[in-house]
Amino acid sequence: MAGAGGGGNDVQWCFSQVKGAIDDDVAEADIISTVEFNHSGELLATGDKGGRVVIFQQELESKNQPQCRGEYNVYSTFQSHEPEFDYLKSLEIEEKINKIRWLPQKNAAQFLLSTNDKTIKLWKISERDKRPEGYNLKEEDGRYRDPTTVTTLRVPVFHPMDLMVEASPRRVFANAHTYHINSISVNSDCETYLSADDLRINLWNLEITDRSFNIVDIKPANMEELTEVITAAEFHPNQCNTFVYSSSKGTIRLCDMRASALCDQHSKLFEEPEDPSNRSFFSEIISSISDVKFSHSGRYMMTRDYLTVKIWDLNMESRPVETYQVHEYLRSKLCSLYENDCIFDKFECCWNGNDSVVMTGSYNNFFRMFDRGYRQDVTLEASRESSKPRSVLKPRKVCTGGKRKKDEISVDSLDFNKKILHTAWHPQDNIIAVATTNNLYIFQDRLTSIQ
Amino acid sequence: MSEEIEGTRPAIGEASHEEQQEMGDTVLSPEKAEEVKLKARFPHLGAKPGGSDLLRKRLQKGQKFFDSGDYNMAKAKVKNKQQLPAVTPAEKAEITGDHIPTPQDIPQRKPSIVASKLAG
Repeated sequence: MAGAGGGGNDVQWCFSQVKGAIDDDVAEADIISTVEFNHSGELLATGDKGGRVVIFQQELESKNQPQCRGEYNVYSTFQSHEPEFDYLKSLEIEEKINKIRWLPQKNAAQFLLSTNDKTIKLWKISERDKRPEGYNLKEEDGRYRDPTTVTTLRVPVFHPMDLMVEASPRRVFANAHTYHINSISVNSDCETYLSADDLRINLWNLEITDRSFNIVDIKPANMEELTEVITAAEFHPNQCNTFVYSSSKGTIRLCDMRASALCDQHSKLFEEPEDPSNRSFFSEIISSISDVKFSHSGRYMMTRDYLTVKIWDLNMESRPVETYQVHEYLRSKLCSLYENDCIFDKFECCWNGNDSVVMTGSYNNFFRMFDRGYRQDVTLEASRESSKPRSVLKPRKVCTGGKRKKDEISVDSLDFNKKILHTAWHPQDNIIAVATTNNLYIFQDRLTSIQ
Repeated sequence: MSEEIEGTRPAIGEASHEEQQEMGDTVLSPEKAEEVKLKARFPHLGAKPGGSDLLRKRLQKGQKFFDSGDYNMAKAKVKNKQQLPAVTPAEKAEITGDHIPTPQDIPQRKPSIVASKLAG
């Protein structure tokens, strides 16, 4: 069905906004490395390779266009991490923001965790829209008056001022990871969070920075025996004792923190059996899981490996309940994808608000949506060409062999430098944020007008 | 239905998993065909693909420098010509700098922070 897909038969995705520079000369610092909506969807945060965070805020719906959901405009931007040098190992520590995770809002301020390879920071983003004026002890410019000239009592009064959004680092959680942090996840208890690197997972209290508990350690006594690393980890959305972590061998382990202090023994092991006759040099590499995400319901989890997206029922460890092919045509290109390192690209995936549709990125600035209920999938493209306001995105198709139809693109014409690794879905509405190398695209569904 | 699978042509269309497995019985699966190609180009590639070598390289990710002076010099060079780096080769050699830095070479100032273009 042309034009539709994702979120039911009648969802049509339209271009809404694009952020970032148009020119093709991309500075390395501008490469977007993470995208995340907050819990209400009002705020959208991005992190980049230069260690900067940009937060966009959704404008309230305008009266002129009641059917158009608000646009996202810059709310705050700050330098989260700086490049560091590890003097002991003579290694550079990149400032690239690997992940951003929002805390649920508890008061007027917003809080988020941002992390690079080694250090996690808790940032407070607060608004200031009032300023006290009318001090009788100070002049306008702040100089103190001569006390003898003060003859009356005057209490300063708050006056409105232009909105100022301030970001300040409230906690720095450092020196707990020998290897590179790939994930952070806030617990549903809103008091703790986990951080995972290649071999270990640590549990932190958001208030305490000088101590963290190690809850998973898969480092072998002899590094020669190393066979797999941790690739992603996440807390269960409502069970505060449960978390999962995925591995480079395509397995997911579910752990229960009530079972023991060190969760090296998993409670559940999710692994799809493999046909040994099909095994090749590439099998393990393409089975490496690059992202794991619980559904909002907490009943399912989704994993992304190089070629597929898999949905797992937490009650069944033996195999996924659904498998979706993202770009199966790449299976016959694995040799070149290994040579140009693309086979190691880490794609993320995300659920829509009611867990009915999942989305993930691909190459050539394509991204894919899979509707679980209607069993439909669609390929869309984030490009400047389809960027006219409210223009409906046309489904794209990759031609894998034989005669190429008009509007199809052949596998050999795909641009493997244009990869969409990071996507995010608004927690309630059909609004998605899709990051190309250095641009952020925002798409919305075209609300069907009510007659 | 038999299909000739060559290394240079995309062999399988959107065949399902089951079809591919069936084909694997009679002809080389696309994955195995790609493996043959790779082994032809890199005959020294070890038998254990996902194993220690690849993983250890991943654990050591991050450019190694000779010392902090070397690091600061490399940073200064990057600021001058900010561009997307070439695709890194699969076998990344340890980089230890072009030459031994002297006090005159090392920049004094910390470079100023540039705002993100997303906020522009």
